[in-house]
Amino acid sequence: MGDTRQKTEAGNREPGGRQAVATRDAYGAALFELGKRREDVVVLDADLSGSTKTAKFAKAFPGRFFNMGISEQDMIGTAGGLSLAGKVPFASTFAIFETGRAWEQIRQTVCYSGLNVKLVATHGGITVGEDGASHQSIVDVALMRALPGMTVIVPADGMETEQVIIAIVDYNGPVYVRLGRMKAPAVMPDDYKFDMGKAYLFHLGKDANIIACGIMVSSALEARKMLASEGLDVGVINMPTVKPLDAEAVLKAARSSRLVVTAEEHSIIGGLGSAVCELLSEEHPVKVKRVGVKDKFGKSGKPGELLEAYGLTAKGIVDTIKTSL
Amino acid sequence: MSRPGAAISTDSLRQRAKEVRREIIKMLTEAGSGHTGGSLSAADLVTALFFYKMRHRPEDPDWRERDRFILSKGHAAPLLYAVLALSGYFDKDVLKTLRRIDSPLQGHPSSKTLKGVEISTGSLGQGLSIANGIALGLRMSGTGQRVYCLLGDGELQEGQVWEAAMTAAHYGIDNLCAIVDNNGLQIDGFCCDVMKIEPITEKWKAFGWHVIDIDGHDMDQIVSALDEAEGIKGKPSMIVARTVKGKGVSFFEGKAEYHGVAPSKEEREKALKELE
Ligand SMILES: Cc1ncc(C[n+]2csc(CCOP(=O)(O)OP(=O)(O)O)c2C)c(N)n1
Ligand SMILES: [Mg+2]
Repeated sequence: MGDTRQKTEAGNREPGGRQAVATRDAYGAALFELGKRREDVVVLDADLSGSTKTAKFAKAFPGRFFNMGISEQDMIGTAGGLSLAGKVPFASTFAIFETGRAWEQIRQTVCYSGLNVKLVATHGGITVGEDGASHQSIVDVALMRALPGMTVIVPADGMETEQVIIAIVDYNGPVYVRLGRMKAPAVMPDDYKFDMGKAYLFHLGKDANIIACGIMVSSALEARKMLASEGLDVGVINMPTVKPLDAEAVLKAARSSRLVVTAEEHSIIGGLGSAVCELLSEEHPVKVKRVGVKDKFGKSGKPGELLEAYGLTAKGIVDTIKTSL
Repeated sequence: MSRPGAAISTDSLRQRAKEVRREIIKMLTEAGSGHTGGSLSAADLVTALFFYKMRHRPEDPDWRERDRFILSKGHAAPLLYAVLALSGYFDKDVLKTLRRIDSPLQGHPSSKTLKGVEISTGSLGQGLSIANGIALGLRMSGTGQRVYCLLGDGELQEGQVWEAAMTAAHYGIDNLCAIVDNNGLQIDGFCCDVMKIEPITEKWKAFGWHVIDIDGHDMDQIVSALDEAEGIKGKPSMIVARTVKGKGVSFFEGKAEYHGVAPSKEEREKALKELE
């Protein structure tokens, strides 16, 4: 784990040539590669392997794939058992069912005993879209973050996702990775290397700094541009590891500007915004504004319409910064 | 009308079911996404409930003496919306708004946005427990209302279903009738390949239920099973309905691929022809 890396202005903010891919697709590809290299990797799913993209692994390595049917609690317990037998299980379903339905199994079986289980959930956030509130996971990061010993990662784009999946295999302990359904623009520079527990600093701002994760990193970068044209110097930090939080990076942001804004496709309660507030209120109190879902359930709609409706856009971040400075 | 179907013939019910299927197809194509297969497979069952068996008042959805219907397999929302609209709970035009932003017709049923939906569902495995609770409450202080609950066969893989199965038998909840839409398919394929649940009938019997095995597309069998269940005292009833996923539209029938895919405009036209 190195230092918070820094990129200059012109840096590689818009990585050339890389296409927008859904982080769940990147997961499917990474898992397949992992399967080739690691005999001990096993995968479990709960009747959603086509959607979570574990189907690719299932097809290539049928002897190491277990479809558990629609029984998320059983899936987590079985994954725990597989880890006790020396395997490295990846258990996947939609974020709402993985973290909600099976929360107590994750708490008691996986976290309390510190089992080496990788929980990789897809369909996080409101961009699940038309399926509506029953399928939109907006408190999963809060649920996972509250568990002692759990590492929580929310990758920003496809490349970062692949690196996360490869990295967590070599880490011994429970990890929750939250992925999305829709295509995510490529935001990380081509030479980026994911480092668990480390933030990535795109730019340190003098007027405000945005700390974001997941698809909101892209919106944060856009907001930075919009505000730059109005003469404001706004920084952007990608915080893929929401727990353990990169305290150094957060403190740096807080020391360099009088406003910190968090942005996440998640409830403002319990997620990245809360984590940043918890740290700063104790270590370096500055004004923090949280862009996120404001203690509401999701609803049906097109993903883009929903992001608009809940203020999870570059404009939402810009407005928040302007009214708070 | 309190019991709309008191005198309805099974022929009229079959016509109704066809109409229900047509509305399902139309609203799904309009929405561009949603669950086709599982809405069609249970269409005959739910048509019989709303147009024959259940006592309810579309013009007074909160009528205290109504029977209750819990759609545990919430992804069959289009089916529920079709029967509600055709019963007169709301205007048929509203069906066009399925899955649109701020529509009362959410992707999965929401009791907060639509009258006639008893409880929000969509996360599988939770409905039977809720049905048990309602049935127990109504038994304590009701007027003889009955509770119906529709489950998917894949849904039976959820452990909570079997916890609820014990509860219903333990408390002898005989004002409850559950129905399994036994179409043999879930999302990742055939249930028997994904996670075997057979023998379904024997399982429910072993859990202390009165079990009725029927062809879930035979209106005469559906009607008599619902009547039989009402007469059973001291234990809950389970109708295991053998069905075909996508029933009524030849090119959707028996295909896992059409679980969560809406008909294209072309498919809609062909489907509506078959449902004339
Ligand atoms: C708890 C939970 N896990 C997973 C899902 C995703 N899901 C929606 S429908 C479905 C398959 C349902 O199969 P079945 O119960 O047989 O329904 P049907 O064939 O009648 O459509 C799954 C896995 C869900 N809605 N809820
Ligand atoms: Mg089924």
